Amino acid sequence: MRTPARRRFMSALAGIAAVPLLPVRVALAQADPFAPLVQQITGGAPVKGGRVTIDTPRLADNGHSVPLKVSVQSPMTAADHVRSITLLSEKNPRPVVATFHLGPQSGRAAVATRVRLNGTQRLLAVAQLSDGSFWSGSAEVEVTESACLDAS
Amino acid sequence: MVARVQLPREAKSGEVIEIRIAIQHPMETGFRYDLAGKAIPKNVINTLACRYNGTEIFRAELGSGIAANPYLQFYTLAEASGEIEFSWVDDAGQRGSERASIVVVG
Amino acid sequence: MTGDWFVPGFSRLALHVFPTSAHLRICAVPLLLVFALTANAAEPQRPAPSRSGIEFAGADIRAMQADDFANPGMLWVERGARLWQEPAGRGGKSCASCHGDAKTSMRGVATRYPLLDPGTARLMNLEGRIMECRERRQQAEPLRYESDELLALTAYVAHQSRGMPVNVTIDWQNRHNFEAGRAMYYRRMGQLNLSCANCHQDNWGRRLGPETISQGHGNAYPIYRLEWQATGSLHRRFRSCLSGVRAEMLPYGAAQYVDLELYLAWRAYGLPVETPGVRR
Repeated sequence: MRTPARRRFMSALAGIAAVPLLPVRVALAQADPFAPLVQQITGGAPVKGGRVTIDTPRLADNGHSVPLKVSVQSPMTAADHVRSITLLSEKNPRPVVATFHLGPQSGRAAVATRVRLNGTQRLLAVAQLSDGSFWSGSAEVEVTESACLDAS
Repeated sequence: MVARVQLPREAKSGEVIEIRIAIQHPMETGFRYDLAGKAIPKNVINTLACRYNGTEIFRAELGSGIAANPYLQFYTLAEASGEIEFSWVDDAGQRGSERASIVVVG
Repeated sequence: MTGDWFVPGFSRLALHVFPTSAHLRICAVPLLLVFALTANAAEPQRPAPSRSGIEFAGADIRAMQADDFANPGMLWVERGARLWQEPAGRGGKSCASCHGDAKTSMRGVATRYPLLDPGTARLMNLEGRIMECRERRQQAEPLRYESDELLALTAYVAHQSRGMPVNVTIDWQNRHNFEAGRAMYYRRMGQLNLSCANCHQDNWGRRLGPETISQGHGNAYPIYRLEWQATGSLHRRFRSCLSGVRAEMLPYGAAQYVDLELYLAWRAYGLPVETPGVRR
């Protein structure tokens, strides 16, 4: 088993050995952490992705207070408006952050506030429109720990 | 409870105006402990409502996921001159309110 | 401030120790050695260029501080404005009874603190002055350090100097306070064995974990700190740093902190008062 066969064998070995080093994305059957919460909000009705935007920094200065604005594309007329927006957190101990109730008199479907985030996570906003349909949008926020211990 | 409300003093009829409110409140999560090691009980502003000349224009159900000293910004259509009034309540039953006037022209 | 104040005293001392040039020549080498070793303590240093902490903060925090409505510290300033008008104590006097409109009477005050109290010759910071006024002049219930009321009044008073440059005077009267503050600033402390200078003088602008180290000025205090989820004083910030290096925290209002405040105020010379600042 001299050069060509040996080469083939060695490269085969190298190929097998390299497999764990390749950035292979293993698609695990991961349960969507938001699913049961969304189910509660929508009562099983389908949720369409889109129209809902969460504006929040990609990297939070401090998890205790992260500025956030959620807006929904809607003409906000009596016939077509946003009824409510529910904000959900992936990693907070209480996943429902807030629910905002709007109406045609709102003029614009946008609410801004500051939230507490318990570490790096995804946020999901579910909006219910006047026609009973549900739309959602999400955002990912990196949250780091403070550099120094503060026991003041 | 110190609270501040900001909205334009004057607006045109049909104009979409921005309303902001900031309230001094710890929004205690119930997950913190004092120096003696005792859990500090949860106490957050759980409901906040805004009324424009008596009609509710905005309502928020808040939880411990809202940062301390809550800040909210939302919109409404300027319809008639009058009062925009906020009222809220926390888990301990403490109520708060704040109001501002608006003049709507046209 | 230059080093002029330091030299005359030393010359007078030198004449006593070395009456003749012969004496001086014999002692020259060991003396120079001692002087060289303590040379870094001779000239106090400011960071160059001087930059307020807000310049090291992220965009969100800068936006929060710039917006007077979104700035949570303004809730304390608002409370302070209300307390300013509230009568207190035996005489039923409010701050306004003596000081009138704070916008005029308190303008520029925060830029000069800490100050020596002429009556007791004690160095006093703004909190101390308010506590003293409350207790002695209003004859009211003393305000506790770091209480919401004291934070509110301090923030309100300091806020009246917002935009004005820090301009504290170091002279022969408070020099010993200044030196004590400076010594503390350069003293390594705690299990991590770090001094204030190690981070804020030698390594400002560099990263410490996810954060950028600031120059450690006190020009924005009291501040709303996101980490505290509340407004806090400069003494609270000292305590934060001390616990950060695993050193024992001195109690609020400690004289050592006030001396350190004086040194910090000297260091922040020319920087604008930003109260209420917003920091992470």
